[in-house]
Amino acid sequence: MNDFAHLLDRLAYEPRRNAKLRLLQDFFARTPDPDRGFALAAMTGALSFREAKPNLIRGLVEARVDPVLFRMSYHYVGDLAETTALIWPSPPPPPPGPGHNNPPPHVPSLAEVVEALGTIGKSDLPARLAAWLDVLDETGRWALIKLITGELRVGVSARLAKTAVASLGGVEADAVEEVWHGLKAPYIPLFAWVEGRAERPESLNPAPFRPPMLSHPVDEETDFAKLDPEAFAAEWKWDGIRVQLVGGRDRAGAQVARIYSRTGEDISGAFPDLAEAVRFSGALDGELLILREGRVQSFNVLQQRLNRKAVTAKLLQDFPAHVRAYDLLALDDEDLRPLPFAERRARLEAFVQSLDQARIDLSPLVPFRGWDELTAARADPAAAGAGPDAEAIEGVMLKRRTSAYVPGRPKGPWWKWKREPYRVDAVMMYAQRGHGKRSSFYSDYTFGVWRESPEGGEELVPVGKAYHGFTDEELAKLDRYVRNHTVKRFGPVREVEYGPARGLVLEIAFEGLQRSTRHKSGVAMRFPRVSRIRWDKPAAEADRIETLQKILERGEREVMPGRGMA
Amino acid sequence: MARTPADLLTLTREGLYCPPGDFHVDPVRPVPRALITHGHADHARAGHGRVLATGETLRIMAVRYGEAFCRTRQEACLGETIRVGEVDVRFAPAGHVLGSAQIVIEAGGTRIVVSGDYKRAPDPTCRPFEVVPCDVFITEATFGLPVFRHPDARDEVRRLLDSVRLFPERTHIVGAYSLGKAQRVMALLREEGFDAPIHLHGALEKLTDLYKREGIPLGETPKVGAADRPKLAGAVVLCPPSAIQDLWSRKFPDPVTAFASGWMRVRARARQKGVELPLVISDHSDWDDLCRTIVETGAGEVWVTHGQEDALVHWCASRGIAARPLHMLGYGDEEAETAQEETAQEQTAQDQTVPGNAA
Repeated sequence: MNDFAHLLDRLAYEPRRNAKLRLLQDFFARTPDPDRGFALAAMTGALSFREAKPNLIRGLVEARVDPVLFRMSYHYVGDLAETTALIWPSPPPPPPGPGHNNPPPHVPSLAEVVEALGTIGKSDLPARLAAWLDVLDETGRWALIKLITGELRVGVSARLAKTAVASLGGVEADAVEEVWHGLKAPYIPLFAWVEGRAERPESLNPAPFRPPMLSHPVDEETDFAKLDPEAFAAEWKWDGIRVQLVGGRDRAGAQVARIYSRTGEDISGAFPDLAEAVRFSGALDGELLILREGRVQSFNVLQQRLNRKAVTAKLLQDFPAHVRAYDLLALDDEDLRPLPFAERRARLEAFVQSLDQARIDLSPLVPFRGWDELTAARADPAAAGAGPDAEAIEGVMLKRRTSAYVPGRPKGPWWKWKREPYRVDAVMMYAQRGHGKRSSFYSDYTFGVWRESPEGGEELVPVGKAYHGFTDEELAKLDRYVRNHTVKRFGPVREVEYGPARGLVLEIAFEGLQRSTRHKSGVAMRFPRVSRIRWDKPAAEADRIETLQKILERGEREVMPGRGMA
Repeated sequence: MARTPADLLTLTREGLYCPPGDFHVDPVRPVPRALITHGHADHARAGHGRVLATGETLRIMAVRYGEAFCRTRQEACLGETIRVGEVDVRFAPAGHVLGSAQIVIEAGGTRIVVSGDYKRAPDPTCRPFEVVPCDVFITEATFGLPVFRHPDARDEVRRLLDSVRLFPERTHIVGAYSLGKAQRVMALLREEGFDAPIHLHGALEKLTDLYKREGIPLGETPKVGAADRPKLAGAVVLCPPSAIQDLWSRKFPDPVTAFASGWMRVRARARQKGVELPLVISDHSDWDDLCRTIVETGAGEVWVTHGQEDALVHWCASRGIAARPLHMLGYGDEEAETAQEETAQEQTAQDQTVPGNAA
C-alpha cells in the first residue's frame, strides 16, 4: 500500500504529463504482480468493490476527533481524504508484551486491501478501515481513503496509465486499449504480453470499445483563414452524449450489444432500449439523444433520464433513447477506421438505411459553400435545415473529407465550433472556498439578478453559481475582493456587499436555462461561468429576472411546441 | 486599584491599545507610542512616534525601513520590567524569529500576555519561548486547526538534502520568508553538515547579513547574480516564496522547487504554488502547541488575534476556558510580508536607477 501511496503522492504534486508518465512507468517496472495490476485498475477506474461512502469516513473520524473541529478542518482543507489523513490521531502504543518486543504492525499491501474490500461484509468495513488507518502513515491514509471512496483524482487519465503500461515493452497505447475490455485486474496476462513474456491476450470481448477521435475548438480569428472550406464536411454538433454502439457475436453465436461512453465506460445497462436495437456486427459512433415523435429533445430532458438510478418501464417510455450516428468504425469484422471520412460516410449512410431501425438514424451533413454560409448555419440551425431540432444543437463539427479515424485528439482533421452562449450581467452575492487546488481561494460565486421585491422595492435573487471562466490572476483579484467586502460569514461561505450602489457585477455566460423548483428564482442555468468581471459596471445596471424568463420561454416554445407560449 | 482585562487592553482601529499605559501593541497604522513584538512587516510598521521593542527587533526595523523608521526608540531587555504610564511591561522570548518577544502587561493584579507570533519547536536562530503564567493570554492561530501538526524541521531539511543528492544536476530553489524562515533553513542546513555555499536571492541578503552580525553563524551565503543562474547546477538557492514561480527561477538548470512553510502540510496549497518538494517548516505553533501553550499559561481567558480563530475558540470553550476571537484585520501569515518585501525591493531597484540617488 505504501508504494502505491507514494506514487499517488508524487503524481499529485507533478503537473507535467511527461513526468507523470515517467513516474508511472517507473512504478509499473519495479512493482511486482499483482500489486501493479491493482494499481492500474485503481487508476483506470476498473476496480469494483464495496466502496466506502464519505459518510462512513466522516463517522470514523468523528468518533475520534471533535466533530466541530473536524468540520472546520474539512472546510479549510477542502478534501475529505486529506483532512482525515492529517487529523487521524495516532493510536496509543500497545502494552509491551511480556519478555519480548511487540512486532511492528502489519502494513497491508494494495492487493491485500483490494482483495479484502472485495469480500468484506458491510458491517465489518468500518472496523477494518479504522485498523488500516491506524497502521498507515499520513500518505498511506490519504491514498487508502482516495481508493476506497473511488476518487483518486491525481491527474492521471485511464489513457495515461495505459500508455505507461504500453511503454514497458514498446507497444502502442491503442493496442492496449483494444485488448483492454477483455481483461480484468490484476492484468497479469497484459503485463506478460507487453513485457514480451507471453502472447497478446485474446480479446474475449466480441464487441470491443474503440478509442474515439476527438476535435479541437476552432479559433474563428485565425483558423478559417488557413482552412479550405471545400476540404471539409460539416455536421451539427448535437447536445447529447457521445457514445459508441458496438455489436458482435459471442462464441456461441449469440448477439452481443454494448454501449460505451466516450471514455470507454460500458453504459449498456442504463440504456436497454437502445442496446436492444443493436442487432448488427460493427461499431457506430454517434450522439445519444432523447427523441419524442421524431423530435430531438433538449439536454435538459436527456439529463432527467441520466439522473435516474433505476431504469423503469416508465422511464423508458417517457425518455426514449436514440442514437444519431455520424461515423462507422467497423462493419462485419472489417475495420473502416483507416478509410477517408468521405468513404466512411458513404458506408455509414448505406448502413444506417439498411438497418431500418427507428432508434438509430443518420446525423445529416450541413451543406455550405464558404465559411460565411457556415457561419449563418451555426447562428440559425433551424433555418439551415435542422428545423425544430435546432435547440438541441450546440454548434457545428467540421471534418476533413480525407481524414482517417484516428484515436485521440489529432490537430487538424476535426474541428468543433460551438454556438455563442447566452450572457447576462449578474451581481456577486456569496462566495465559497473552492476544493482541491483552490481550497484556500474564494472561487465559487453565487450571483443574482434584480427583481421586484414583495415589498415593492428592488432586490437581488440568486440565479446560479459559477466557479470557472476566470484566469488564476483574476481569481486572486476576486478572492481579494471577497475578503475585503465580506459582510457575513457562514462557515466556508461569505456573504459579500451587494445592493444598487455597491457590489461586483459578473458577466455570466451559460448554455441554457431550465425551470427549477429548487431555486428561489425558479430558473437553473446550464454550464454557467464567469465570462467577464465588470469592475466598471454599477450593480444597479445588472440584468433583471425578466431577461432570464424571456430566454426560458423562448427555449420552451422552440423545443416543445404545443406547450407553454406558442 | 483592581483592574479588569478590558481596562488594560482594548481593540481599536489601529490594533490592541492599552489605555492606562497609552500605547498600542503591533499597531497596523501609525500611532504615538507602539510596543512591537517582532520584526515581521505585518506587526512592525514604520511611522510610529515612539517604539519600544527588543534590540534585535529595532535593528531589523532599521534594516527594513531605514534608520528613520520612528521618532524615538527604546530597547527592551528580555525579562526586565519597564514602567509605561500606569502599567508594568515586560518582554519575554517568543521563539518565533530573531528578537521576537511576548509582551507582558500588568497592572492592579491583572496580567495579560500578548504573545505575538510564537512557536515551541527548537530554532537555532532565536531564543526559545518562555511560558508566562497570566490571566489573559492573547494568542495567534495561524495554524489553528488540528490538521496542522508540524513535523521535526530537521527531518524536513534532511529530505531537502536527500533530493539534492538524488538530483545533483538540478538546482534546488527553496522559497522561504525573508525574515526568520530563510535564516532558520540555512542554520538547519549547517547543522546537518551541509557546508557548500547557500546562494541567496537579493531580497534575502540584508536580513541574512543582519543575522550574521547578531552572532548567528550561517556560513558562506553569496548573492545570486543574473549571470550565475545557469551555472548553479546542484546548488541550494534560497529566495522569497513569490520568486519560485517567477521568471527569475526559470534561468536555473532544471530547477526543483521547494517551499519551506507550515502551509505545505496541505497538498492543495503546495500545488497552487507549483511546488514539487514541499517542506513543512513553520515558525508558528502547530495545533498541539497552541493548545498546550494555552493550558500551560494557566490563563482563564484567551483572546485569539488572527488565523483560524474559530477552531481555537471552540477548543477553549470545550475545555471551559473563556475565549473570544478578535477578528483582527491587517495581520496575515508572512505571505503578506513577502508582498511588502517585494514592493520595497522594487522601490530600491527604482531608486538605484535614478542617478544621484545612490545614498
